[in-house]
Amino acid sequence: MLNAVKRDIPEALLAGRTGYQGKYAKDGQSLHKAAPTITQALKPQKSKLADSLKAACEACGAHDGMTFSFHTEYRNGDKVAAMAAKVLIEDLGLKDITVAATSLGDAQANMAQYIKNGQITGVQTSGVRGVIGEAISAGELQTPAIIRSHGGRPRAIAAGEVHIDIAFLAAASSDAFGNASGIRGKNNCGSMGFAIDDAHYADHVIVVTDTLVDFPNVPAAINGVDVDAVCVVDQVGDPSKIATKEARMTQDPRELMMAQAVAKVIAASPDFKDGFSFQTGVGGPSLAVNRYLEQYMTQRQIKMSFALGGTSKAICDLQDKGLVNYILDTQDFDQGAVAHFATHPNHLECSLDQYASPANKGAFVNNLDFVVLSALEVDVDFNVNVVTGSDGVLRGAPGGHPDTAAGSKCCIIVTPLTRGRMPTVCDAVVTVTTPGDSVDVVVTDYGIAVNPQRQDIIAQLDAANIAHTTIEALRDKAYALVGTPAPLEWQKRVVAVVEGRDGSIVDVVRQVKPFAF
Amino acid sequence: MINRPTPKKVRIRRSMMFMNAQKPNLLKDAYIYGVDSIIMDLEDAVAENQKDSARFSLFNTLKNIDYGDTEVIVRINGLDTPHWQEDVRVCVAAGVDGIRIAKCESADDVRTVEKAVAAAEAEFGVESGRTLLMAALESPIGIMHAYEICTASTRLFGVAISAGDLRKSLHVKSEPGGVEMFTARSQVVMAARAAGVQCFDTMWPNLDDEAGFEAETIQARQLGFDGKSLINPRQIAFVHQTFAPTKAEIAYAEKLIRSFNAQQDSGIGVYTVDGKLVDVPFFDDARRVLAQAKAIGIYHGEL
Repeated sequence: MLNAVKRDIPEALLAGRTGYQGKYAKDGQSLHKAAPTITQALKPQKSKLADSLKAACEACGAHDGMTFSFHTEYRNGDKVAAMAAKVLIEDLGLKDITVAATSLGDAQANMAQYIKNGQITGVQTSGVRGVIGEAISAGELQTPAIIRSHGGRPRAIAAGEVHIDIAFLAAASSDAFGNASGIRGKNNCGSMGFAIDDAHYADHVIVVTDTLVDFPNVPAAINGVDVDAVCVVDQVGDPSKIATKEARMTQDPRELMMAQAVAKVIAASPDFKDGFSFQTGVGGPSLAVNRYLEQYMTQRQIKMSFALGGTSKAICDLQDKGLVNYILDTQDFDQGAVAHFATHPNHLECSLDQYASPANKGAFVNNLDFVVLSALEVDVDFNVNVVTGSDGVLRGAPGGHPDTAAGSKCCIIVTPLTRGRMPTVCDAVVTVTTPGDSVDVVVTDYGIAVNPQRQDIIAQLDAANIAHTTIEALRDKAYALVGTPAPLEWQKRVVAVVEGRDGSIVDVVRQVKPFAF
Repeated sequence: MINRPTPKKVRIRRSMMFMNAQKPNLLKDAYIYGVDSIIMDLEDAVAENQKDSARFSLFNTLKNIDYGDTEVIVRINGLDTPHWQEDVRVCVAAGVDGIRIAKCESADDVRTVEKAVAAAEAEFGVESGRTLLMAALESPIGIMHAYEICTASTRLFGVAISAGDLRKSLHVKSEPGGVEMFTARSQVVMAARAAGVQCFDTMWPNLDDEAGFEAETIQARQLGFDGKSLINPRQIAFVHQTFAPTKAEIAYAEKLIRSFNAQQDSGIGVYTVDGKLVDVPFFDDARRVLAQAKAIGIYHGEL
């Protein structure tokens, strides 16, 4: 069946669910939330410390067929997820395991082997890179992986579609009762926004830390009332890989030019006024938008009410200059942001549910004015792909992309028109991750295109003398430069389902056909 | 195949950006930055044994890439090298808008190049007189001969001062405030204005010293230059902003023209606007300001 983004979804996958029907199709629907089954603790107790991670898993009833989760705010430096998978599969010999991750990358590379061995049989994640993505794309996972956005993940958890048996939550510091935080430790990750919902919905929660502190470790991201056991390890993460020293501000003239164009588009909007809100990513041109936005804010003497989502030092600097009232932080991209999170009173932790879930009464993204996002590909229907490469292999993360695009008043995609021989603006993206009905403006090094459904933005750009063209003209230019790409060849088997933030199916990823001459 | 329209001798040239003609990745889309003129360099940026390959990539670039409104100028090798004649042939054959004569020292230098250009235009069937010229003044003698150079050819649209070599010849180094270049700069502006051609300030080589770059750009505008040479797209925005008329200048020019239109029937040559005496040269200048503002797209009024 063709869904609203013209993708053919196999009937078998549609049992009990729908194809994507539009960004607000499920607005106003009722939802019964799932609750965890917990083990009550009534007796006097001084400590929940476990002797080992294995002992903690046994105490939490680890079993064949279980689902475990973890958060990835230790990014490439994370040691806890790989540790937990090893204990469950190698030390306890469990089978038929499902991973429910906020992302999967090099730090969890050991899971690729467990997938090949058939020990991990299910993967649900908000992103997948490196060898795990290659293994899934090669058809080695027994069931199709489910790719969810940062808002879609807490929705699926709240709706009971994924039930977490044990959540392994890495923390910079914890007391023996499980009050845990991303700061006040040896290896800080800053915000633990990715972990908070898991603590509320998992049957069992194991906090893993390398810095045990006195009770009470407050304010805490993870409340001890949700925690079964605390496990102390040598190191929760490799600090050199957790966060770069500082997300570098690009000096590339092409990226700076695109960033400047994005800032111009924002400044032309009537919503760019005192109290506006803003989110951007950490990629070259996106990060540089902060710098140009600062100039416009200073000129017009306006302030940002809140900056949302993943946080870098660039936005912290703006807060220190008094230009940003609140930073609502889901994860920290660099050490500057981690340190700022630990010290600034209005730089606050934000859970993924609060941030982006459609399964609540209004997430922060719904109150967002502008979001600036990158893309691997954008097509002439404004659909965006951030999950598969031009070879069809899984290697990206929707993260909050579909959520912020749908929730915000103005979603701006910034991307170079070509990457090497690859056209970024194309006829049809390999995989739709963010539907075109959520995408308003595309800014490239060769010009700006506005989604025709946003005639108001077109009028704003015209009034501000900002040149713009059509998305088709950008595609034609890209194809003129690098040629028209040949269509990808797939095998029949579906290896991953791209789930919309509302639980509908946006697209599927099929097994790649090995390349042959 | 791209065929560029006939170049305009008089046009906006706030920014002229150097690009190594040997580097296709730089040349392929240099127009996207919105610079007024690109100067593809066959001279210093290209190693002695790579001149051929640079000409080859320059020719094919110009024949395959549409630079649109961005003017394309080529800096050819010096007249004291064995390269410049072949440079001129490739420029004309490729249809560049203009040729920048490096280290120009006399009117004869301009005429020598002009002759070679005319011959190449005949050779390749290019419209006679199509290819424009500009001269770079890089030596004390070049500066001393600025006026004769500015008036040496009808093809010549302007002169640029190039400070690198000039400072060596003058036994000075780059000073904050640019005192060491003051006389040379002023002389170039004076000669260009006397001859009715444009003049362009030297490039700022230290990319990371943004304050120094900005100060020099502002000074160039104050001295009367029409624009400035650049080495990186990051420098374009500030140069364009600096060489554009300010809002106040545009508003005043508009007021002058309106008052002139209202007064012209009365037969009075001199009167006051905003309490200040104005006469004919004021109106000419006001027209120039509005024309410039229109050309760079910041004036949309009816005048």
